[in-house]
Amino acid sequence: MNAIKLKNKEFINEKFNYNMNLKKRKIMNKIFHSILLASISLIILILIALFSDVFKKGISHVNVDFFLNYTSRIASKSGIRASILGSLWVNILTLLIAFPLGLGSAIYLEEYAPKNKLTNIIQVNISNLAGVPSIVYGILGLSLFVRTFGFGRSILSASLTMALLILPIIIVSSREALKTVPKELKEASYALGATKWDTITGVIIPYAIPGILTGTILAVSRAIGEAAPLVVVGGAAGIWFSPKGIFDEFTTLPLQIYNWASKPQAEFQNVASAGILVLLIVLISINLVAILLRNKYQDRIKQ
Amino acid sequence: MKKLNEKVIKHILFGCGMVSIFITISILFILFKESALFFTHISPVDFFTGKQWTPLLKPQHFGILPLVSGTFLIVLFSSIISIPIGLLSAIYLSEYSNKKVRKIIKPILEILAGIPSIVYGFFALNIITPILKNLIPQTNIYNALSAAIAVGIMTIPMVLSLSEDSMQAVPKSLREGAYALGLTKLEVVFGVVIPASISGIISSFILAISRAIGETMIVALAAGSTPKLTLNPLESIQTMTGFIVQVSQGDIAKGTIESQTLYAVAMLLFIMTLIMNMLSRYVADKLREEY
Repeated sequence: MNAIKLKNKEFINEKFNYNMNLKKRKIMNKIFHSILLASISLIILILIALFSDVFKKGISHVNVDFFLNYTSRIASKSGIRASILGSLWVNILTLLIAFPLGLGSAIYLEEYAPKNKLTNIIQVNISNLAGVPSIVYGILGLSLFVRTFGFGRSILSASLTMALLILPIIIVSSREALKTVPKELKEASYALGATKWDTITGVIIPYAIPGILTGTILAVSRAIGEAAPLVVVGGAAGIWFSPKGIFDEFTTLPLQIYNWASKPQAEFQNVASAGILVLLIVLISINLVAILLRNKYQDRIKQ
Repeated sequence: MKKLNEKVIKHILFGCGMVSIFITISILFILFKESALFFTHISPVDFFTGKQWTPLLKPQHFGILPLVSGTFLIVLFSSIISIPIGLLSAIYLSEYSNKKVRKIIKPILEILAGIPSIVYGFFALNIITPILKNLIPQTNIYNALSAAIAVGIMTIPMVLSLSEDSMQAVPKSLREGAYALGLTKLEVVFGVVIPASISGIISSFILAISRAIGETMIVALAAGSTPKLTLNPLESIQTMTGFIVQVSQGDIAKGTIESQTLYAVAMLLFIMTLIMNMLSRYVADKLREEY
Protein backbone atom coordinates (compact mmCIF):
# COMPACT_ATOMS: atom_id res chain seq x y z
CA MET A 1 0.00 0.00 0.00
CA ASN A 2 2.75 2.40 0.96
CA ALA A 3 4.68 1.44 -2.12
CA ILE A 4 1.76 2.34 -4.32
CA LYS A 5 1.32 5.65 -2.53
CA LEU A 6 4.97 6.40 -3.00
CA LYS A 7 4.81 5.51 -6.66
CA ASN A 8 1.81 7.73 -7.22
CA LYS A 9 3.52 10.59 -5.51
CA GLU A 10 6.63 10.15 -7.62
CA PHE A 11 4.49 10.00 -10.71
CA ILE A 12 2.69 13.17 -9.84
CA ASN A 13 5.91 14.89 -8.86
CA GLU A 14 7.46 13.96 -12.13
CA LYS A 15 4.54 14.81 -14.30
CA PHE A 16 3.22 17.97 -12.77
CA ASN A 17 6.00 19.25 -10.65
CA TYR A 18 3.80 18.91 -7.59
CA ASN A 19 6.30 20.75 -5.47
CA MET A 20 5.68 23.88 -7.47
CA ASN A 21 3.59 25.91 -5.09
CA LEU A 22 -0.16 25.77 -5.37
CA LYS A 23 -0.46 29.42 -6.25
CA LYS A 24 1.71 29.03 -9.30
CA ARG A 25 -0.24 25.98 -10.44
CA LYS A 26 -3.50 27.84 -10.07
CA ILE A 27 -2.12 30.75 -12.09
CA MET A 28 -1.04 28.33 -14.83
CA ASN A 29 -4.56 26.97 -14.88
CA LYS A 30 -5.99 30.46 -15.18
CA ILE A 31 -3.66 31.28 -18.06
CA PHE A 32 -4.68 28.10 -19.85
CA HIS A 33 -8.33 28.91 -19.26
CA SER A 34 -7.88 32.27 -20.97
CA ILE A 35 -6.10 30.65 -23.92
CA LEU A 36 -9.06 28.32 -24.32
CA LEU A 37 -11.51 31.19 -24.11
CA ALA A 38 -9.50 33.09 -26.70
CA SER A 39 -9.61 30.20 -29.13
CA ILE A 40 -13.35 29.68 -28.87
CA SER A 41 -13.92 33.45 -29.15
CA LEU A 42 -11.77 33.44 -32.27
CA ILE A 43 -14.16 30.96 -33.90
CA ILE A 44 -17.15 33.12 -33.05
CA LEU A 45 -15.34 36.25 -34.27
CA ILE A 46 -14.57 34.56 -37.57
CA LEU A 47 -18.22 33.63 -37.97
CA ILE A 48 -19.27 37.21 -37.25
CA ALA A 49 -16.64 38.62 -39.64
CA LEU A 50 -17.78 36.25 -42.38
CA PHE A 51 -21.44 37.12 -42.00
CA SER A 52 -21.00 40.85 -41.58
CA ASP A 53 -18.77 41.15 -44.65
CA VAL A 54 -21.15 39.16 -46.82
CA PHE A 55 -24.09 41.09 -45.43
CA LYS A 56 -22.45 44.48 -45.94
CA LYS A 57 -21.47 43.76 -49.52
CA GLY A 58 -24.54 41.83 -50.55
CA ILE A 59 -27.56 43.43 -48.92
CA SER A 60 -27.82 46.38 -51.31
CA HIS A 61 -28.04 43.99 -54.24
CA VAL A 62 -30.78 41.78 -52.82
CA ASN A 63 -34.07 43.04 -54.18
CA VAL A 64 -36.99 41.69 -56.21
CA ASP A 65 -35.09 42.06 -59.49
CA PHE A 66 -32.23 39.98 -58.10
CA PHE A 67 -34.61 37.03 -57.82
CA LEU A 68 -36.33 37.63 -61.17
CA ASN A 69 -33.33 38.39 -63.41
CA TYR A 70 -31.14 35.90 -65.18
CA THR A 71 -27.40 36.40 -64.94
CA SER A 72 -25.93 39.17 -67.05
CA ARG A 73 -22.65 40.66 -68.23
CA ILE A 74 -23.63 43.79 -66.33
CA ALA A 75 -23.27 43.26 -62.61
CA SER A 76 -26.18 45.46 -61.56
CA LYS A 77 -28.59 43.51 -63.81
CA SER A 78 -27.41 40.06 -62.70
CA GLY A 79 -29.88 37.86 -60.86
CA ILE A 80 -30.34 34.35 -59.59
CA ARG A 81 -33.52 33.23 -61.36
CA ALA A 82 -31.90 30.41 -63.34
CA SER A 83 -29.77 29.23 -60.45
CA ILE A 84 -32.64 29.21 -57.94
CA LEU A 85 -34.78 27.18 -60.33
CA GLY A 86 -31.80 24.95 -61.15
CA SER A 87 -31.10 24.36 -57.45
CA LEU A 88 -34.76 23.47 -56.90
CA TRP A 89 -34.84 21.02 -59.82
CA VAL A 90 -31.51 19.36 -58.97
CA ASN A 91 -32.05 19.07 -55.22
CA ILE A 92 -35.66 17.88 -55.32
CA LEU A 93 -34.70 15.21 -57.84
CA THR A 94 -31.64 14.33 -55.72
CA LEU A 95 -33.91 13.86 -52.71
CA LEU A 96 -36.36 11.70 -54.69
CA ILE A 97 -33.51 9.41 -55.76
CA ALA A 98 -31.42 9.32 -52.59
CA PHE A 99 -34.12 9.08 -49.91
CA PRO A 100 -35.75 5.76 -50.93
CA LEU A 101 -32.38 4.19 -51.70
CA GLY A 102 -30.84 5.40 -48.46
CA LEU A 103 -33.79 4.41 -46.28
CA GLY A 104 -34.00 1.04 -48.06
CA SER A 105 -30.32 0.37 -47.40
CA ALA A 106 -30.64 1.40 -43.79
CA ILE A 107 -33.66 -0.85 -43.23
CA TYR A 108 -31.90 -3.74 -44.91
CA LEU A 109 -28.76 -3.32 -42.80
CA GLU A 110 -30.64 -2.78 -39.53
CA GLU A 111 -33.48 -5.29 -39.84
CA TYR A 112 -32.67 -7.92 -42.47
CA ALA A 113 -28.91 -8.24 -43.00
CA PRO A 114 -27.40 -11.47 -41.67
CA LYS A 115 -24.14 -11.10 -39.76
CA ASN A 116 -21.78 -12.23 -42.50
CA LYS A 117 -18.88 -11.02 -44.58
CA LEU A 118 -21.01 -9.36 -47.24
CA THR A 119 -22.86 -7.26 -44.66
CA ASN A 120 -19.56 -6.29 -43.13
CA ILE A 121 -18.17 -5.28 -46.51
CA ILE A 122 -21.25 -3.15 -47.20
CA GLN A 123 -20.87 -1.40 -43.86
CA VAL A 124 -17.16 -0.64 -44.19
CA ASN A 125 -17.78 0.42 -47.74
CA ILE A 126 -20.46 2.94 -46.77
CA SER A 127 -18.20 4.62 -44.24
CA ASN A 128 -15.41 4.75 -46.81
CA LEU A 129 -17.74 6.30 -49.37
CA ALA A 130 -18.65 9.01 -46.87
CA GLY A 131 -14.99 10.09 -46.90
CA VAL A 132 -14.50 10.22 -50.67
CA PRO A 133 -13.85 13.83 -51.78
CA SER A 134 -16.90 15.28 -53.48
CA ILE A 135 -15.00 16.10 -56.66
CA VAL A 136 -14.36 12.38 -57.20
CA TYR A 137 -18.14 11.94 -57.29
CA GLY A 138 -18.08 14.60 -60.00
CA ILE A 139 -15.67 12.47 -62.04
CA LEU A 140 -17.93 9.47 -61.47
CA GLY A 141 -20.98 11.43 -62.59
CA LEU A 142 -19.21 12.72 -65.68
CA SER A 143 -18.10 9.26 -66.76
CA LEU A 144 -21.17 7.30 -65.77
CA PHE A 145 -24.17 9.57 -66.29
CA VAL A 146 -22.98 12.23 -68.73
CA ARG A 147 -21.01 9.94 -71.02
CA THR A 148 -21.84 6.23 -70.52
CA PHE A 149 -25.60 6.57 -69.98
CA GLY A 150 -25.74 9.53 -72.35
CA PHE A 151 -27.77 11.85 -70.10
CA GLY A 152 -25.49 14.74 -71.08
CA ARG A 153 -24.77 17.78 -68.94
CA SER A 154 -28.31 17.74 -67.62
CA ILE A 155 -30.29 18.17 -64.44
CA LEU A 156 -30.69 14.39 -64.33
CA SER A 157 -26.92 13.76 -64.42
CA ALA A 158 -26.40 16.38 -61.71
CA SER A 159 -29.11 14.90 -59.48
CA LEU A 160 -27.87 11.33 -59.84
CA THR A 161 -24.33 12.47 -58.98
CA MET A 162 -25.53 14.40 -55.93
CA ALA A 163 -27.70 11.46 -54.87
CA LEU A 164 -24.67 9.17 -54.81
CA LEU A 165 -22.77 11.81 -52.84
CA ILE A 166 -25.35 12.13 -50.06
CA LEU A 167 -26.44 8.48 -50.00
CA PRO A 168 -23.88 7.44 -47.34
CA ILE A 169 -24.99 10.30 -45.08
CA ILE A 170 -28.65 9.30 -45.36
CA ILE A 171 -27.87 5.62 -44.73
CA VAL A 172 -25.75 6.30 -41.65
CA SER A 173 -28.21 8.74 -40.06
CA SER A 174 -31.24 6.56 -40.86
CA ARG A 175 -29.54 3.58 -39.25
CA GLU A 176 -28.90 5.61 -36.14
CA ALA A 177 -32.58 6.51 -36.05
CA LEU A 178 -33.70 2.91 -36.61
CA LYS A 179 -31.44 1.76 -33.78
CA THR A 180 -33.38 3.88 -31.28
CA VAL A 181 -36.60 1.92 -31.78
CA PRO A 182 -37.19 -0.05 -28.54
CA LYS A 183 -37.12 -3.82 -28.89
CA GLU A 184 -40.35 -4.16 -26.90
CA LEU A 185 -42.29 -2.29 -29.59
CA LYS A 186 -41.08 -4.63 -32.30
CA GLU A 187 -41.76 -7.73 -30.20
CA ALA A 188 -45.24 -6.53 -29.35
CA SER A 189 -45.95 -6.12 -33.05
CA TYR A 190 -44.69 -9.61 -33.87
CA ALA A 191 -46.70 -11.01 -30.97
CA LEU A 192 -49.84 -9.61 -32.59
CA GLY A 193 -49.04 -11.65 -35.68
CA ALA A 194 -47.68 -8.85 -37.84
CA THR A 195 -45.16 -9.78 -40.51
CA LYS A 196 -41.73 -8.23 -40.65
CA TRP A 197 -42.75 -5.72 -43.31
CA ASP A 198 -45.92 -4.84 -41.38
CA THR A 199 -43.76 -4.19 -38.34
CA ILE A 200 -41.34 -2.05 -40.31
CA THR A 201 -44.01 0.11 -41.92
CA GLY A 202 -46.41 0.15 -38.96
CA VAL A 203 -44.07 0.42 -35.98
CA ILE A 204 -40.41 0.95 -36.77
CA ILE A 205 -40.57 3.68 -39.42
CA PRO A 206 -43.24 5.79 -37.66
CA TYR A 207 -41.14 5.70 -34.50
CA ALA A 208 -37.87 6.52 -36.25
CA ILE A 209 -39.16 8.99 -38.83
CA PRO A 210 -38.11 12.22 -37.04
CA GLY A 211 -34.53 10.97 -36.82
CA ILE A 212 -34.59 9.77 -40.41
CA LEU A 213 -35.92 13.14 -41.58
CA THR A 214 -33.36 15.09 -39.57
CA GLY A 215 -30.52 13.17 -41.20
CA THR A 216 -32.06 13.53 -44.62
CA ILE A 217 -32.55 17.28 -44.24
CA LEU A 218 -28.91 17.69 -43.23
CA ALA A 219 -27.83 15.58 -46.20
CA VAL A 220 -29.91 17.65 -48.61
CA SER A 221 -28.55 20.87 -47.15
CA ARG A 222 -25.09 19.51 -47.94
CA ALA A 223 -26.22 18.89 -51.53
CA ILE A 224 -27.67 22.38 -51.83
CA GLY A 225 -24.31 23.94 -50.97
CA GLU A 226 -22.06 21.64 -53.01
CA ALA A 227 -20.45 23.02 -56.11
CA ALA A 228 -17.38 20.89 -56.88
CA PRO A 229 -19.07 17.77 -58.36
CA LEU A 230 -21.40 19.92 -60.46
CA VAL A 231 -18.51 21.86 -61.97
CA VAL A 232 -17.13 18.53 -63.21
CA VAL A 233 -20.52 17.19 -64.33
CA GLY A 234 -20.89 20.35 -66.35
CA GLY A 235 -23.12 22.91 -64.72
CA ALA A 236 -23.12 25.82 -67.13
CA ALA A 237 -22.05 29.27 -66.04
CA GLY A 238 -24.64 31.25 -67.96
CA ILE A 239 -28.18 29.96 -68.27
CA TRP A 240 -30.66 32.43 -69.68
CA PHE A 241 -33.79 30.31 -69.51
CA SER A 242 -35.84 28.43 -66.92
CA PRO A 243 -35.39 24.67 -67.02
CA LYS A 244 -38.45 22.77 -68.27
CA GLY A 245 -37.40 19.18 -67.71
CA ILE A 246 -34.76 16.85 -66.35
CA PHE A 247 -32.77 16.77 -69.58
CA ASP A 248 -32.24 20.53 -69.66
CA GLU A 249 -28.93 22.17 -68.93
CA PHE A 250 -28.61 23.61 -65.47
CA THR A 251 -26.85 25.91 -63.11
CA THR A 252 -27.26 26.05 -59.34
CA LEU A 253 -26.83 28.76 -56.75
CA PRO A 254 -23.33 27.68 -55.60
CA LEU A 255 -22.19 27.37 -59.23
CA GLN A 256 -23.51 30.84 -59.99
CA ILE A 257 -21.73 32.21 -56.92
CA TYR A 258 -18.49 30.53 -58.01
CA ASN A 259 -18.86 32.07 -61.44
CA TRP A 260 -19.42 35.56 -60.06
CA ALA A 261 -16.72 35.26 -57.40
CA SER A 262 -14.10 34.29 -60.00
CA LYS A 263 -14.74 37.47 -62.00
CA PRO A 264 -12.14 40.16 -61.36
CA GLN A 265 -14.55 43.15 -61.23
CA ALA A 266 -15.43 44.38 -57.75
CA GLU A 267 -19.14 44.84 -58.62
CA PHE A 268 -19.42 41.12 -59.29
CA GLN A 269 -18.00 40.41 -55.83
CA ASN A 270 -20.98 42.29 -54.43
CA VAL A 271 -23.34 40.26 -56.60
CA ALA A 272 -21.61 37.10 -55.36
CA SER A 273 -22.13 38.33 -51.77
CA ALA A 274 -25.83 38.78 -52.49
CA GLY A 275 -25.99 35.22 -53.82
CA ILE A 276 -24.16 33.94 -50.74
CA LEU A 277 -26.60 35.82 -48.52
CA VAL A 278 -29.53 34.04 -50.15
CA LEU A 279 -27.76 30.66 -50.02
CA LEU A 280 -26.85 31.04 -46.34
CA ILE A 281 -30.35 32.12 -45.37
CA VAL A 282 -31.78 29.07 -47.15
CA LEU A 283 -29.25 26.72 -45.53
CA ILE A 284 -29.58 28.15 -42.05
CA SER A 285 -33.39 27.92 -42.16
CA ILE A 286 -33.15 24.31 -43.33
CA ASN A 287 -30.66 23.47 -40.59
CA LEU A 288 -32.84 25.20 -38.04
CA VAL A 289 -35.74 22.95 -39.04
CA ALA A 290 -33.48 19.93 -38.59
CA ILE A 291 -32.31 21.08 -35.16
CA LEU A 292 -35.87 21.80 -33.99
CA LEU A 293 -37.00 18.41 -35.27
CA ARG A 294 -34.15 16.70 -33.45
CA ASN A 295 -34.86 18.51 -30.19
CA LYS A 296 -38.49 17.47 -30.34
CA TYR A 297 -37.42 13.93 -31.07
CA GLN A 298 -35.01 13.81 -28.14
CA ASP A 299 -37.76 14.94 -25.81
CA ARG A 300 -39.95 12.08 -26.95
CA ILE A 301 -37.25 9.52 -26.17
CA LYS A 302 -36.94 10.88 -22.65
CA GLN A 303 -40.64 10.40 -21.90
CA MET B 1 -49.23 -14.34 -51.10
CA LYS B 2 -48.13 -12.39 -48.08
CA LYS B 3 -45.00 -14.51 -47.76
CA LEU B 4 -44.14 -13.93 -51.40
CA ASN B 5 -44.46 -10.18 -50.88
CA GLU B 6 -42.17 -10.36 -47.89
CA LYS B 7 -39.55 -12.08 -50.01
CA VAL B 8 -39.81 -9.56 -52.81
CA ILE B 9 -39.45 -6.72 -50.32
CA LYS B 10 -36.41 -8.31 -48.78
CA HIS B 11 -34.78 -8.56 -52.18
CA ILE B 12 -35.57 -4.96 -53.05
CA LEU B 13 -34.05 -3.78 -49.77
CA PHE B 14 -31.00 -5.94 -50.38
CA GLY B 15 -30.70 -4.23 -53.77
CA CYS B 16 -30.69 -0.83 -52.04
CA GLY B 17 -27.94 -2.03 -49.76
CA MET B 18 -25.89 -3.15 -52.73
CA VAL B 19 -26.03 0.31 -54.37
CA SER B 20 -23.12 1.43 -52.22
CA ILE B 21 -21.05 -1.49 -53.50
CA PHE B 22 -22.04 -0.55 -57.04
CA ILE B 23 -20.89 3.04 -56.47
CA THR B 24 -17.52 1.91 -55.16
CA ILE B 25 -16.97 -0.53 -58.00
CA SER B 26 -17.92 2.18 -60.53
CA ILE B 27 -15.49 4.67 -58.99
CA LEU B 28 -12.66 2.14 -58.94
CA PHE B 29 -13.40 0.80 -62.42
CA ILE B 30 -13.61 4.23 -64.05
CA LEU B 31 -10.54 5.64 -62.31
CA PHE B 32 -8.46 2.50 -62.95
CA LYS B 33 -9.46 2.14 -66.58
CA GLU B 34 -8.72 5.70 -67.63
CA SER B 35 -5.58 5.94 -65.50
CA ALA B 36 -4.30 2.73 -67.08
CA LEU B 37 -4.72 4.37 -70.49
CA PHE B 38 -2.90 7.42 -69.17
CA PHE B 39 0.01 5.31 -68.00
CA THR B 40 0.37 3.68 -71.40
CA HIS B 41 1.44 7.14 -72.63
CA ILE B 42 3.27 8.46 -69.61
CA SER B 43 5.53 6.32 -67.49
CA PRO B 44 4.56 6.19 -63.82
CA VAL B 45 8.12 7.12 -62.90
CA ASP B 46 7.89 10.38 -64.85
CA PHE B 47 4.45 10.99 -63.39
CA PHE B 48 5.51 10.60 -59.78
CA THR B 49 8.94 12.23 -60.00
CA GLY B 50 8.47 14.89 -62.68
CA LYS B 51 8.84 18.47 -61.49
CA GLN B 52 6.83 20.13 -64.24
CA TRP B 53 3.08 19.98 -64.70
CA THR B 54 1.87 21.51 -67.97
CA PRO B 55 -0.64 19.05 -69.45
CA LEU B 56 -2.65 21.80 -71.12
CA LEU B 57 0.29 23.61 -72.74
CA LYS B 58 2.84 22.61 -75.36
CA PRO B 59 5.33 21.13 -74.60
CA GLN B 60 3.32 18.91 -72.29
CA HIS B 61 4.89 17.75 -69.03
CA PHE B 62 3.18 15.30 -66.72
CA GLY B 63 5.10 15.47 -63.45
CA ILE B 64 2.60 15.46 -60.58
CA LEU B 65 4.99 16.84 -57.92
CA PRO B 66 3.91 20.50 -58.32
CA LEU B 67 0.27 19.52 -57.70
CA VAL B 68 1.25 17.34 -54.74
CA SER B 69 3.36 20.12 -53.25
CA GLY B 70 0.48 22.57 -53.74
CA THR B 71 -1.85 20.19 -51.94
CA PHE B 72 0.77 19.69 -49.23
CA LEU B 73 1.04 23.45 -48.65
CA ILE B 74 -2.72 23.67 -48.18
CA VAL B 75 -2.72 20.70 -45.79
CA LEU B 76 0.22 22.01 -43.77
CA PHE B 77 -1.05 25.54 -43.23
CA SER B 78 -4.68 24.58 -42.77
CA SER B 79 -3.64 22.07 -40.08
CA ILE B 80 -1.62 24.72 -38.27
CA ILE B 81 -4.93 26.58 -37.92
CA SER B 82 -7.52 23.87 -37.49
CA ILE B 83 -5.67 21.51 -35.14
CA PRO B 84 -4.69 23.87 -32.28
CA ILE B 85 -7.86 25.97 -32.42
CA GLY B 86 -10.07 22.90 -32.77
CA LEU B 87 -8.36 21.04 -29.95
CA LEU B 88 -8.22 23.98 -27.55
CA SER B 89 -11.87 24.78 -28.15
CA ALA B 90 -12.75 21.13 -27.64
CA ILE B 91 -10.93 21.16 -24.29
CA TYR B 92 -12.81 24.31 -23.35
CA LEU B 93 -16.21 22.91 -24.24
CA SER B 94 -15.58 19.52 -22.69
CA GLU B 95 -13.74 20.49 -19.48
CA TYR B 96 -14.09 24.18 -18.69
CA SER B 97 -17.37 25.56 -19.96
CA ASN B 98 -20.68 25.22 -18.17
CA LYS B 99 -23.79 23.71 -19.69
CA LYS B 100 -25.33 27.03 -20.70
CA VAL B 101 -22.30 28.09 -22.73
CA ARG B 102 -22.19 24.71 -24.44
CA LYS B 103 -25.83 25.03 -25.39
CA ILE B 104 -25.10 28.30 -27.18
CA ILE B 105 -21.79 27.36 -28.75
CA LYS B 106 -22.73 23.93 -30.10
CA PRO B 107 -25.36 25.25 -32.55
CA ILE B 108 -22.93 27.98 -33.65
CA LEU B 109 -20.45 25.26 -34.50
CA GLU B 110 -23.10 23.39 -36.42
CA ILE B 111 -23.71 26.53 -38.46
CA LEU B 112 -19.99 26.85 -39.11
CA ALA B 113 -19.86 23.22 -40.24
CA GLY B 114 -22.85 23.72 -42.52
CA ILE B 115 -21.42 26.64 -44.51
CA PRO B 116 -20.63 25.52 -48.08
CA SER B 117 -16.99 25.57 -49.10
CA ILE B 118 -17.70 28.00 -51.94
CA VAL B 119 -18.56 30.58 -49.27
CA TYR B 120 -15.22 29.98 -47.55
CA GLY B 121 -13.56 30.39 -50.94
CA PHE B 122 -15.20 33.77 -51.36
CA PHE B 123 -14.13 34.62 -47.82
CA ALA B 124 -10.50 33.70 -48.67
CA LEU B 125 -10.46 35.83 -51.79
CA ASN B 126 -12.28 38.85 -50.38
CA ILE B 127 -11.22 39.08 -46.76
CA ILE B 128 -8.16 36.94 -46.04
CA THR B 129 -6.14 37.86 -49.13
CA PRO B 130 -6.54 41.66 -48.66
CA ILE B 131 -5.47 41.29 -45.02
CA LEU B 132 -2.42 39.26 -46.05
CA LYS B 133 -1.53 41.77 -48.75
CA ASN B 134 -1.63 44.51 -46.15
CA LEU B 135 0.68 42.57 -43.85
CA ILE B 136 3.05 41.25 -46.53
CA PRO B 137 2.95 43.35 -49.72
CA GLN B 138 4.59 40.74 -51.98
CA THR B 139 1.65 38.35 -51.49
CA ASN B 140 0.06 37.22 -54.74
CA ILE B 141 -3.66 37.87 -55.30
CA TYR B 142 -4.04 34.14 -55.65
CA ASN B 143 -1.95 32.43 -52.99
CA ALA B 144 -1.75 29.18 -51.07
CA LEU B 145 -1.82 30.77 -47.64
CA SER B 146 -5.19 32.49 -47.80
CA ALA B 147 -6.78 29.36 -49.28
CA ALA B 148 -5.15 27.30 -46.52
CA ILE B 149 -6.43 29.62 -43.81
CA ALA B 150 -9.96 29.26 -45.19
CA VAL B 151 -9.60 25.47 -45.37
CA GLY B 152 -8.31 25.57 -41.80
CA ILE B 153 -11.34 27.52 -40.61
CA MET B 154 -13.61 25.13 -42.47
CA THR B 155 -12.10 22.07 -40.78
CA ILE B 156 -12.11 23.49 -37.24
CA PRO B 157 -15.63 22.18 -36.48
CA MET B 158 -14.57 18.69 -37.55
CA VAL B 159 -11.53 18.57 -35.22
CA LEU B 160 -13.55 20.22 -32.49
CA SER B 161 -16.62 18.04 -32.44
CA LEU B 162 -14.81 14.71 -32.87
CA SER B 163 -12.22 15.56 -30.20
CA GLU B 164 -14.90 16.80 -27.87
CA ASP B 165 -16.88 13.60 -28.33
CA SER B 166 -13.92 11.46 -27.35
CA MET B 167 -13.12 13.68 -24.34
CA GLN B 168 -16.73 13.39 -23.21
CA ALA B 169 -16.36 9.62 -23.39
CA VAL B 170 -13.66 9.65 -20.70
CA PRO B 171 -15.37 8.41 -17.52
CA LYS B 172 -15.98 10.96 -14.79
CA SER B 173 -14.39 8.70 -12.20
CA LEU B 174 -10.97 9.13 -13.80
CA ARG B 175 -11.21 12.91 -13.53
CA GLU B 176 -12.55 12.77 -10.00
CA GLY B 177 -9.68 10.52 -8.98
CA ALA B 178 -7.24 13.07 -10.30
CA TYR B 179 -9.00 15.96 -8.58
CA ALA B 180 -8.96 13.98 -5.36
CA LEU B 181 -5.18 13.92 -5.62
CA GLY B 182 -5.26 17.70 -5.60
CA LEU B 183 -4.59 18.43 -9.24
CA THR B 184 -5.74 21.58 -10.98
CA LYS B 185 -7.98 21.49 -14.03
CA LEU B 186 -5.03 22.11 -16.34
CA GLU B 187 -3.20 19.14 -14.87
CA VAL B 188 -6.26 16.92 -15.14
CA VAL B 189 -6.64 17.87 -18.79
CA PHE B 190 -3.07 17.04 -19.73
CA GLY B 191 -2.54 14.21 -17.26
CA VAL B 192 -5.83 12.35 -17.60
CA VAL B 193 -8.33 13.55 -20.19
CA ILE B 194 -6.05 13.94 -23.21
CA PRO B 195 -4.07 10.70 -22.67
CA ALA B 196 -7.34 8.82 -22.23
CA SER B 197 -8.93 10.23 -25.38
CA ILE B 198 -5.82 10.47 -27.55
CA SER B 199 -7.07 7.96 -30.12
CA GLY B 200 -10.17 9.99 -30.90
CA ILE B 201 -8.19 13.22 -30.96
CA ILE B 202 -5.58 11.92 -33.38
CA SER B 203 -8.20 10.38 -35.60
CA SER B 204 -9.96 13.75 -35.78
CA PHE B 205 -6.67 15.34 -36.91
CA ILE B 206 -6.23 12.75 -39.64
CA LEU B 207 -9.80 13.26 -40.85
CA ALA B 208 -9.27 17.02 -40.99
CA ILE B 209 -6.14 16.47 -43.08
CA SER B 210 -8.06 14.17 -45.40
CA ARG B 211 -10.74 16.83 -45.82
CA ALA B 212 -8.06 19.42 -46.59
CA ILE B 213 -6.59 17.17 -49.29
CA GLY B 214 -9.97 16.78 -50.98
CA GLU B 215 -11.24 20.34 -50.51
CA THR B 216 -11.97 21.86 -53.88
CA MET B 217 -13.92 25.10 -54.20
CA ILE B 218 -11.75 27.12 -51.82
CA VAL B 219 -8.53 26.27 -53.64
CA ALA B 220 -10.18 26.65 -57.05
CA LEU B 221 -11.17 30.18 -56.13
CA ALA B 222 -8.31 31.45 -53.98
CA ALA B 223 -5.15 29.41 -54.52
CA GLY B 224 -4.64 30.17 -58.20
CA SER B 225 -3.89 27.87 -61.11
CA THR B 226 -0.14 27.88 -61.51
CA PRO B 227 1.27 24.45 -60.67
CA LYS B 228 4.53 25.24 -58.96
CA LEU B 229 7.01 23.23 -56.93
CA THR B 230 7.39 25.68 -54.09
CA LEU B 231 7.18 25.87 -50.33
CA ASN B 232 6.39 29.57 -50.34
CA PRO B 233 2.75 29.87 -49.29
CA LEU B 234 2.47 33.43 -50.59
CA GLU B 235 2.76 32.31 -54.20
CA SER B 236 0.01 31.19 -56.50
CA ILE B 237 -0.07 27.37 -56.73
CA GLN B 238 -2.39 24.64 -57.91
CA THR B 239 -3.65 21.61 -56.02
CA MET B 240 -4.84 18.28 -57.39
CA THR B 241 -8.48 19.25 -56.91
CA GLY B 242 -7.82 22.70 -58.37
CA PHE B 243 -6.46 21.09 -61.51
CA ILE B 244 -9.54 18.89 -61.86
CA VAL B 245 -11.80 21.94 -61.67
CA GLN B 246 -9.68 23.85 -64.18
CA VAL B 247 -9.79 21.03 -66.71
CA SER B 248 -13.50 20.37 -66.17
CA GLN B 249 -14.39 23.94 -67.01
CA GLY B 250 -12.90 23.64 -70.45
CA ASP B 251 -14.45 21.25 -72.92
CA ILE B 252 -12.12 18.28 -72.82
CA ALA B 253 -13.12 15.54 -75.26
CA LYS B 254 -13.27 11.96 -74.10
CA GLY B 255 -10.27 9.80 -74.95
CA THR B 256 -7.69 12.57 -75.20
CA ILE B 257 -4.60 12.54 -73.05
CA GLU B 258 -5.90 15.64 -71.22
CA SER B 259 -9.03 13.75 -70.24
CA GLN B 260 -7.02 10.74 -69.08
CA THR B 261 -4.81 13.06 -67.03
CA LEU B 262 -7.93 14.14 -65.16
CA TYR B 263 -8.56 10.55 -64.12
CA ALA B 264 -4.94 9.90 -63.12
CA VAL B 265 -5.03 12.90 -60.80
CA ALA B 266 -8.45 11.91 -59.44
CA MET B 267 -7.14 8.41 -58.81
CA LEU B 268 -4.19 9.71 -56.78
CA LEU B 269 -6.55 11.99 -54.84
CA PHE B 270 -8.92 9.08 -54.18
CA ILE B 271 -6.12 6.80 -52.96
CA MET B 272 -4.61 9.47 -50.71
CA THR B 273 -7.89 10.31 -49.00
CA LEU B 274 -8.88 6.64 -48.74
CA ILE B 275 -5.61 5.85 -46.94
CA MET B 276 -6.11 8.79 -44.58
CA ASN B 277 -9.69 7.79 -43.80
CA MET B 278 -8.77 4.17 -43.14
CA LEU B 279 -5.83 5.27 -41.00
CA SER B 280 -8.16 7.49 -39.01
CA ARG B 281 -10.54 4.62 -38.35
CA TYR B 282 -7.63 2.31 -37.49
CA VAL B 283 -6.25 4.80 -34.96
CA ALA B 284 -9.67 5.30 -33.41
CA ASP B 285 -10.13 1.53 -33.03
CA LYS B 286 -6.67 0.33 -32.10
CA LEU B 287 -5.48 3.03 -29.74
CA ARG B 288 -8.75 3.24 -27.89
CA GLU B 289 -8.39 2.86 -24.16
CA GLU B 290 -10.74 0.37 -22.59
CA TYR B 291 -12.40 1.57 -19.42
